[in-house]
Amino acid sequence: MFDIKSEAKGLVSHGVSACAGCGLELIIRNVLEILGEDTLIVIPPGCSALFCGYGNETALKIGGFQGNLENTAAYAAGIKAGLEMQGNNHTTVLAFAGDGATLDIGIQSLSGMIERGDKVLYICYDNEAYMNTGIQGSSSTPQGASTTTTPGGKVTPRKDLMQIVIAHRIPYAATASPANLADLKRKVKKAKETDGPAVLHIHTPCPTGWAFHPSKTIKISKAAVDTGAWMLYEYDNGTLKVNYKPKSLKPVGEYFKLQGRFKNISQEEVSIIQENINSRFNELLLGS
Amino acid sequence: MLRMQMQQEKHMKKQKKYRVLGPMASVFESMKTGSWRLERPKVEFSQCSKCGTCERYCPANVITIHKEKEECVQFIWDYCKGCGICANVCPKDCISMVDERGEE
Repeated sequence: MFDIKSEAKGLVSHGVSACAGCGLELIIRNVLEILGEDTLIVIPPGCSALFCGYGNETALKIGGFQGNLENTAAYAAGIKAGLEMQGNNHTTVLAFAGDGATLDIGIQSLSGMIERGDKVLYICYDNEAYMNTGIQGSSSTPQGASTTTTPGGKVTPRKDLMQIVIAHRIPYAATASPANLADLKRKVKKAKETDGPAVLHIHTPCPTGWAFHPSKTIKISKAAVDTGAWMLYEYDNGTLKVNYKPKSLKPVGEYFKLQGRFKNISQEEVSIIQENINSRFNELLLGS
Repeated sequence: MLRMQMQQEKHMKKQKKYRVLGPMASVFESMKTGSWRLERPKVEFSQCSKCGTCERYCPANVITIHKEKEECVQFIWDYCKGCGICANVCPKDCISMVDERGEE
């Protein structure tokens, strides 16, 4: 079906015009390695739109198209319903949206999809701002981070996607990070096998938007997990499980000082964020 | 209501019909992103333990480990963007980034 013009080892082409050191590129390769060829993908406009191509060229060997920002989940649910009508119960439908297309613009269609119980795998790769259009702050931008729309640092804390989807009583939801690829792959496999909607929230370091050197992508995602700025946990049919439980979290300042976007953060703000992280982590440990 | 519908259909009927091959792109193509590279990874093959960490973490998936060959780490230079993640994650520190135009 595809006119293959250049060779690739996996399902994703090697030469994609994502920035050097992009966390998203690493994530989509690992996700599609697990899901395999029997997958259809829906991508809203954003950084991930680089993968479904422009014009008639594509960087993926699976079927898919670029929808609109606000209805990725609705498109995916419609495709799944169509497949079921044809008697096809094996194809995975993957919605692959960024934080803006999930938490700001697309939250109503995501909420509807989970409520109806459509069997769609929804992945939110969270690079914590609108990177593709020039680093505008989104509702997933963490407190204190500088973007072009919050030049003095964002004053409010971020929305919590996991708590929103758990409130819908979703069958499976999890957070993941490129710091631990084995954990990420296990969660993708589990989400694929879930009978019903599944949401994965994946931390995606962005060298351009977060202002760090491209070679530090993995180091930064590891620092985020170690300091608790990104927590790894999953919600499986009503039970909460924390996947990474260090004896004590490292101070969050260690994660902040690696990035240019937290350059002007004040000490008081750091201590407020640290308190929020500690209380959230204890909450998770108690809930699991 | 009906009049409005007819109004719309009037214009729709005037349009020519085209056969369009889906909204899907169907040509699988790669950009030669190797031209972006400012620094290239250089491997000290004698120290390499062939663990495959660089292969796993390469965002462009251009690294292949050949366990039996002497030059055990192979890059696809057409697509390596020179981000330096391989040099950063290597547990043996045997990959260093050198200037693209400095040597050879």
